[in-house]
Amino acid sequence: MSTRSRLLTDPLVDANPVTLQMLGICSALAVTVTLDTALTMGIAMTAVLALSSLIISLVRRAIPAEVRLIVQITIIASLVMAIDQILQAYLFDISQRLSIFVSLIVTNCIILGRAEAFAMRNPPLASLLDGVGNGLGYLLVLALVGSVRELLGTGAVLGRPVLPTVAEGGWFEPLGFMALAPSAFILLGLLVWGVRLIRPAQVEPAEAGTSADQPSGGAS
Amino acid sequence: MTAPDHSSRRSALRTLAVVATVAVVCGALVTGTAVALRPRILSNIKAAQQARMAAMLDAIPGLAEVLGDSGASALEPVLVDLASGERAAGDPLSFDPVAAAADPATGRALTADEDIAGLGRIATSGVAYIVRDGDGALMLAILPIAVRGYASVIRGYLALEQDLTTVAALNIIEQAETPGLGARIQTPEWQALWPGRSVARPDGTLGVTIVRQGSSSAPYEVDGLTGATRSSTAVGAGVTFWLGDAGYGPFLSRLAATEASR
Repeated sequence: MSTRSRLLTDPLVDANPVTLQMLGICSALAVTVTLDTALTMGIAMTAVLALSSLIISLVRRAIPAEVRLIVQITIIASLVMAIDQILQAYLFDISQRLSIFVSLIVTNCIILGRAEAFAMRNPPLASLLDGVGNGLGYLLVLALVGSVRELLGTGAVLGRPVLPTVAEGGWFEPLGFMALAPSAFILLGLLVWGVRLIRPAQVEPAEAGTSADQPSGGAS
Repeated sequence: MTAPDHSSRRSALRTLAVVATVAVVCGALVTGTAVALRPRILSNIKAAQQARMAAMLDAIPGLAEVLGDSGASALEPVLVDLASGERAAGDPLSFDPVAAAADPATGRALTADEDIAGLGRIATSGVAYIVRDGDGALMLAILPIAVRGYASVIRGYLALEQDLTTVAALNIIEQAETPGLGARIQTPEWQALWPGRSVARPDGTLGVTIVRQGSSSAPYEVDGLTGATRSSTAVGAGVTFWLGDAGYGPFLSRLAATEASR
């Protein structure tokens, strides 16, 4: 596989920003109650990430080192505000349900993380691909968690009934727990575990100075 | 900084220039999008509010038969002079209470005693919607309410049945309270607590009292929301304010008197 297409595919599983780097967890908990909000959030995030990586990479040589974080955040925040307005204009219902989480894309660690770690030191095309790849990796995790939560929480996927619920004469009793944020934490944990079973290379080495009978205590 | 001294001044200027350029370009992007999309967003908000109004009317028992195919257009909008309770001159459909409140000619400042809704200023007139049945008898009076909540101004409609003391429905159409907490005042579950409540209090005044969740007993009491005390209490204060002397109180007494003499 060429280096360029690896930029796009690596963040899907091998270097997924959520399951490997544990970034963007907050929004992944908040917007995954149903699949459609998860997808919209994922697409909005991918758009912001792709554009911010591209723009930051284009101007990376002009950005003075002392103020680079402020410049990056200004660019990211402007993109987020523009996307928020576009959602309110064209996808009003979904934008109402996503409420403040679209604006909070600006604080999503994945975006500043990719800007600092990649876009500031790589050419524009590679940065664009890296941004799209990481956005799609985030979208993939949100879509997985969102479809499981919506299916088990309401018996439907994308609003279409899949499991006949008790309320409608079927056998499936919706799990109210799936509508609450902690369920997303558990699903994410299971997902991380699953990925690491298949790709043992992602398991972090034990931290120095810790052993099995000595809890690490300070790990955050 | 690693730059030698003689060039540090130039580098500072360069930093300023870059920051200024980024600020101007980003500002233009945000402003441009906001200005270009504003009409579309406003029409979305208006459509959503109308849908909520229509849903409120649909939910009132028996109203659908009266309104028939004409739907919400059977509402008769009236512009009311709040102080006298009489009809005021002007077009109720184009009346903008927010703009009117801000204008010294059409608005007034509330005294601290009056201002239980935390609004500061209100318009001296307001719109009410009247629904009459085929014989012309009053069926429903719908009053817009506004109140300062915890994080935003909450707006909604209160519908009163023909006795003008029984709540037919309460509908919050606009709020920006904390999502997941105060914003629950807009859920159907909470708004369902309102129909059937009475706004006649034992002391003879009109209004409701919001009480701790699960503890309402009297007809003029409505359960508040745990975790949304400020927002739900504000809605109660808003209802009480707009039914009071500074709000639609005079209009409601006039309306009741006219109905009684029919």
